Amino acid sequence: MPELIAKSALDGQAPLTLGGVTLAEAAVGPITSIAVLPGGAKAVAKGLKPLGLAMPGPNSFAEKAAARILWTGRDQAFLIGVDAPALEGAAVTDQSDGWAVLALSGLGAADVLARLVPLDLRLSAFPVGRAVRSGLNHMNAVILRTGDYAFEIMVFRSMARTAWHEIAAAMEAVAARASLKS
Amino acid sequence: MRLKCPLCGDRDRREFYYYGAEDYLHRPAEGAPLADWDNYLHLRDNPAGVTKDLWYHEQGCAQWLVVTRNTVTHEISGVELVAERKA
Repeated sequence: MPELIAKSALDGQAPLTLGGVTLAEAAVGPITSIAVLPGGAKAVAKGLKPLGLAMPGPNSFAEKAAARILWTGRDQAFLIGVDAPALEGAAVTDQSDGWAVLALSGLGAADVLARLVPLDLRLSAFPVGRAVRSGLNHMNAVILRTGDYAFEIMVFRSMARTAWHEIAAAMEAVAARASLKS
Repeated sequence: MRLKCPLCGDRDRREFYYYGAEDYLHRPAEGAPLADWDNYLHLRDNPAGVTKDLWYHEQGCAQWLVVTRNTVTHEISGVELVAERKA
């Protein structure tokens, strides 16, 4: 068997900082989809217990040590950062290579995203620990607030460069506008 | 226009895809008379008032929704998940 080289979606892409906001690719480790089968909720809860995690409610994520669990739909979540435990009662699939994860941080991060995402991203309406499926312009995306001024954006791997480009363009626009004000 | 997805909350219309009347949920049983199939496939009411549509939360939770809305006032009076509706 030939040894294949595992590469992230934006391998070699240097972080970009503009107007105090930084865009970088995030290395999050393994991503596993857990889709609970009808009647499987109890077994899944039992299987996740050793990790100190439970299936998250809609629009949220939770973290415990290196593991993160992220709501991605009805009876569905992504387990991120750790290898999946043996789980009964769910369809478990490895999604690690299917996603690109971008980290956007800095004081104006919400202003940048607000140009692309049709949601109220102010901290009061979109607090830390919130995770939504929504649109990043025309792309499907999962958007997590990981800090007061920090977001992670997950897009399909095939959209990685488009997402980077769109966010970078929004960063330029926000930075240009800020430079006019001063 | 906004729809309040039962899972995701208030969302912009651009996240949704419109499919058509909720008649599509009431598929005739196998062997039903031809008239029922004709009705199911082709005949639609066009009410001035309350109507029910199917919408798909395409850029969100990927759930099918039944939306109850008023074509006169544009009021949206209900959004429920097709997957959890009471038949």
